Amino acid sequence: MAISLNLNGQTHQVEAEPGTPLLWVIRDELKLTGTKFGCGVAACGACTVHLDGAPVRSCQTYVEDAEGAEITTIEGLDSKVSKAVQDAWVELDVVQCGYCQSGQIMSAVGLLSENARPTVEEIDDYMDGNACRCATYQRIRAAIQRASEMMEA
Amino acid sequence: MTLDPSRRGFLASAAAAAAVLYVGVRPNGALAAGAAPAQLNPFVKISADGTVTAIVKHFEKGQGPATGLTTLIAEELGVSMEDIRYEFAPSDAARYANLAFGQMQGTGGSTAMANSFMQYRQAGAAAREMLIKAAAEAWGADAAGLSLEDGIITGAGQSAPIAEFVAAAARMEAPAEPRLKDPSAFRLIGNPQVKRKDSLPKTNGTAKFAMDLHLPGQMVAVILRSPRMGGLASGFDDTGAKAVKGYIRAAVLPNQAGVAVYAENTWAAFQAREAITVDWDVSNAEHRSSDQIREELLAAVNAEPEFNVTGADHAATTEQIAGAAQVVEQTFYFPLLAHAPMEPLTCTIEADADGGVTLHDGCQFPSGPHMALAQIFQLPMDKVRINTMFAGGSFGRRATPTADYQVEAALAFALTDRTRPVKLVWSREDDITGGYYRPAVAHRVRVGLDAEGNIAGWDHRIAAQSILKGTAFESMMVHGGVDHSSVEGVADTPYRIPGQFTGLTDVAKATSVLWWRSVGHTHTAYVMEVMMDEAARAAGRDPVEFRLALLEGGGADQQRLAGVLKLAAEKGGWGSAPEGRSQGIAVHKSFGSYVAELVEISGSAGDGVKIEKVTCAVDCGIAVNPDVVKAQMEGGIGYGLGHAMRNQITLTEGVVDQSNFPDYEPLRIGDIGAIEVHIVPSAEMPTGVGEPGTPPAAPALANAIAADGPRVTELPMALNGVSFA
Ligand code: FES
Ligand code: FES
Repeated sequence: MAISLNLNGQTHQVEAEPGTPLLWVIRDELKLTGTKFGCGVAACGACTVHLDGAPVRSCQTYVEDAEGAEITTIEGLDSKVSKAVQDAWVELDVVQCGYCQSGQIMSAVGLLSENARPTVEEIDDYMDGNACRCATYQRIRAAIQRASEMMEA
Repeated sequence: MTLDPSRRGFLASAAAAAAVLYVGVRPNGALAAGAAPAQLNPFVKISADGTVTAIVKHFEKGQGPATGLTTLIAEELGVSMEDIRYEFAPSDAARYANLAFGQMQGTGGSTAMANSFMQYRQAGAAAREMLIKAAAEAWGADAAGLSLEDGIITGAGQSAPIAEFVAAAARMEAPAEPRLKDPSAFRLIGNPQVKRKDSLPKTNGTAKFAMDLHLPGQMVAVILRSPRMGGLASGFDDTGAKAVKGYIRAAVLPNQAGVAVYAENTWAAFQAREAITVDWDVSNAEHRSSDQIREELLAAVNAEPEFNVTGADHAATTEQIAGAAQVVEQTFYFPLLAHAPMEPLTCTIEADADGGVTLHDGCQFPSGPHMALAQIFQLPMDKVRINTMFAGGSFGRRATPTADYQVEAALAFALTDRTRPVKLVWSREDDITGGYYRPAVAHRVRVGLDAEGNIAGWDHRIAAQSILKGTAFESMMVHGGVDHSSVEGVADTPYRIPGQFTGLTDVAKATSVLWWRSVGHTHTAYVMEVMMDEAARAAGRDPVEFRLALLEGGGADQQRLAGVLKLAAEKGGWGSAPEGRSQGIAVHKSFGSYVAELVEISGSAGDGVKIEKVTCAVDCGIAVNPDVVKAQMEGGIGYGLGHAMRNQITLTEGVVDQSNFPDYEPLRIGDIGAIEVHIVPSAEMPTGVGEPGTPPAAPALANAIAADGPRVTELPMALNGVSFA
């Protein structure tokens, strides 16, 4: 079926079978590969994108359900919060292999957009679904706190 | 695997026609000049506009060589980290061999920095000398009076960027012995402010992993494998798959290891695979369950060992223990483990215009797939190319002696008309069920203590599934029947243990087994460090003091191990845990590096243990990029703790029980409260950091739990009496 997606501020017409995960339309059809495939079962968060500003797992979102929503991927981040998060990530050299980090950043931006000054417990709670096999968690936590500071400045 | 220092000196340079200065090693290792760059092995490339590029011979899976090897060039050449780029080397073992592996190009054993340290510094230093010489000639000045810093050559009242001298330098002979900087003059090596080179692209989504490749016209192939490990496909029915839009076709792989399912895109390939049924011949497949494998290993470890690893006098050890005042005894069991790198395995093969093929891969061990592909496609080696891309983790999984997934891709490609590139994609289920596991291992240790609480004898038996027997690495790592990777960390411990015997029995492999971050140390460190605690406790002595006593009076090896142990104890507040907390400590040497970790927990095994803090001390020689070293310790600790807490792979009649992260639950952000890493200042040659952070983590946690709770001798902890908060 023909589906119209509003992604990163642009409208895209795509052909996809109903029930296709949004993840695969983003990666294979639109060729935006910053959004990653890690598990396909909502257990790792590597595929996190924003629907109307809220993080969702794109591997568990049917493409037809995303029609009409504003979809944002890592490539389309452009806000005060996202800038603070990405700057903090670079400042603290959070990444190792990097494969999980788009998803981490999308979740972190979601968290700080809802709650500009999260406690450690709130960070751990919110980020619980984003796995990092390289275990960069200490730096993720620190970078979220750092981004929170930068947002206030 | 040790570094052969006699090979450090080989360095060459040659002129580059297009005013590009390459400095590197000639294939024959000899110095020469005037050869075309194509015949060289460039580690550093300087283009006419002065852009400096480090050619990185080790793949980047997050462990940091893109930053580390680039730092070495920048330091010796005299450019800033901002003004140097990097590229991954092509597959060419004659030029980019890992000096620790002989004539093979690859990354592993935490050797990337150790084997490159002198080689890359010399390449940078040679380039600097040539550029300075060119400037000296241009200015009619004495080279000795010129210096190169931040890409600018200064002296004799002049100053100019290196770009002006690239053409002249490219026509010069390389210096035979370029002068290296004195470590006191290092500005980048050892500087904690040096940033990773790959942070930005990995933070804005632009970094390209092999999974991200989309070649024009490509097909996606997934493999339908036997549910029972080792089953062979004899035929299939794809009627159901034909209803999947984008499905192309399916074919039995020539080795019958599975059915290749081709589709226009990844989702269609996954969907089509679901709809295909296969006739499996399981007559030679794995039929055991993991309980049986466990029983076999435990029986073996309780019988007479097959090999006496060090040639120690076993009878004497038995006698010493028999006459001891008390005996401490434990049996341990370690399950199969999957690596589960974050990026599932994938690679793409395409045909080249000249009849060759290119493999696009987050390639850990280029020489392996390079040879395999040459054989499969019947091509000369120079017609097989490898484009190394970022790898989304590995932990050992991307380097198999069989080049397993690259061979799958090659076979899948060979079955097509080869006009379309084939991208092989593994799902997470393929990864978790796909074999190549950390082997299952059992240990049994009996320690005799004399009346003063000193060790009188240590009888240590290991029953393991050999990783290296039957592989191309057998001749290198198996001696007298003993697979060194099964006993490393026990047989070669720096502890000076009186009456130490190490026995090994090989047990038939369950599925395919593979090195897994820190290889044998994954289990040997656990057993050694838990037994140290058990012995110290039985002797009524402090665990740190007990260990230090076994290192006293030793050489550098013992002193360095003692050094990190004392540092971790001091920084972690050993013996002064806050109310309600317990501490455990462990120390281990692996891959030439010494690491101690102190774990502090709250809660209890019954109500839920929470890891509050890990304090780590590491001695890895010169820490080229201290922040990368810290990051590797943090990651290694997480990897060690997460698996010890709750992961295992089990089989039911040859079928893997786990399938994805929900039943192979990764470490999560809330699992560890804090990690603090301290680096011992050192002038020694750099040693590994990718793996050594892992071994002490699990035993330190086990020791913290045992301080006021059960002693866990079988992993994972969560299934053996410990709940986690
Ligand atoms: S790929 Fe969607 S949560 Fe893992
Ligand atoms: S950085 Fe490798 S998985 Fe997170």
